[in-house]
Amino acid sequence: MTADTPKSSGMTKDVGVYICLLVLAGIQFVIAYQDISAKQMFERMLIVAIVEAGLALLFFMHLADNRGLRWFVIIFTVAVLFGLQYGWTDSNRLINGVPWAH
Amino acid sequence: MSQADLTIHGMVSRTEATEMMTAPTFSVAAKKMAMWLFIIADTATFAGCLVAYGFIRNASANWPRPFHSITNVAIMTLILLTSSLTILFAVRHAEMGDKAKAFRWMMITAVFGILFAVLHLREWMGMISEGATLFHNPWGTPLFSSLFFSITGLHLLHVTGGVIALIAVGIRYQGGRYNADDLEITALYWHFVDLVWMFVVPLVYLLNLSH
Repeated sequence: MTADTPKSSGMTKDVGVYICLLVLAGIQFVIAYQDISAKQMFERMLIVAIVEAGLALLFFMHLADNRGLRWFVIIFTVAVLFGLQYGWTDSNRLINGVPWAH
Repeated sequence: MSQADLTIHGMVSRTEATEMMTAPTFSVAAKKMAMWLFIIADTATFAGCLVAYGFIRNASANWPRPFHSITNVAIMTLILLTSSLTILFAVRHAEMGDKAKAFRWMMITAVFGILFAVLHLREWMGMISEGATLFHNPWGTPLFSSLFFSITGLHLLHVTGGVIALIAVGIRYQGGRYNADDLEITALYWHFVDLVWMFVVPLVYLLNLSH
């Protein structure tokens, strides 16, 4: 019974994180019905999604317990995400045209 | 201990050097590390899809907002999030040595996965019945349908693969061929599928909700 206690407390923590994730997911749905611009909506939803992903990574995928692996994952993921941002200038140009055309 | 064992360049012993070379990276077992590398690679795949979706949505003047209700996607989200909890229970019970409960939670997770896939397909059928296909969109730019079916289809493919893995690993664990570590590695994959959904829902569904 004593040996089971840490695992049981681990389950309690899992349920706590799960409830947090449900609340955050709920917040995303609330944001979807707010009377705000698509840009503001996107920003708010993205922030909530990043917090959700962080919680899942740290506690469900146990990255909180392994500092080395945590930095490995963060550095690789952030590098990939930054690398993917190169196309926004073209994307904006397609909808707005080149600045000197105005 | 021989003289050669004592020092290499006068700093560490040969035994220590061997241990350093054979120690798992970040103190993570090889199988688990392989799963992490797969997850990082798959993150790049999904990030590529979602960012490309962002580029195209940003560049399209009349982007459609075809979703009228959030009920289905909310239920799907609830199911997937709950399945992440149930697989954690499976791993915890496996670590405690309770094989029967671990197997039961694995199968419950698989059932949630199947339920998610069924709801997803039901939603697809609804959209297809309204005329949306991979190359045709009744509400405007065909790119919407292409991106919607591609991104959600890729995710659905991952869910389907995950369900097969959950059942296969669960059965092998029950049969004594796999242990708690194998369950944990499968759980990592399943959490990743859940994590991707956290970004797919707001970007693909909620931002395209008609008000």
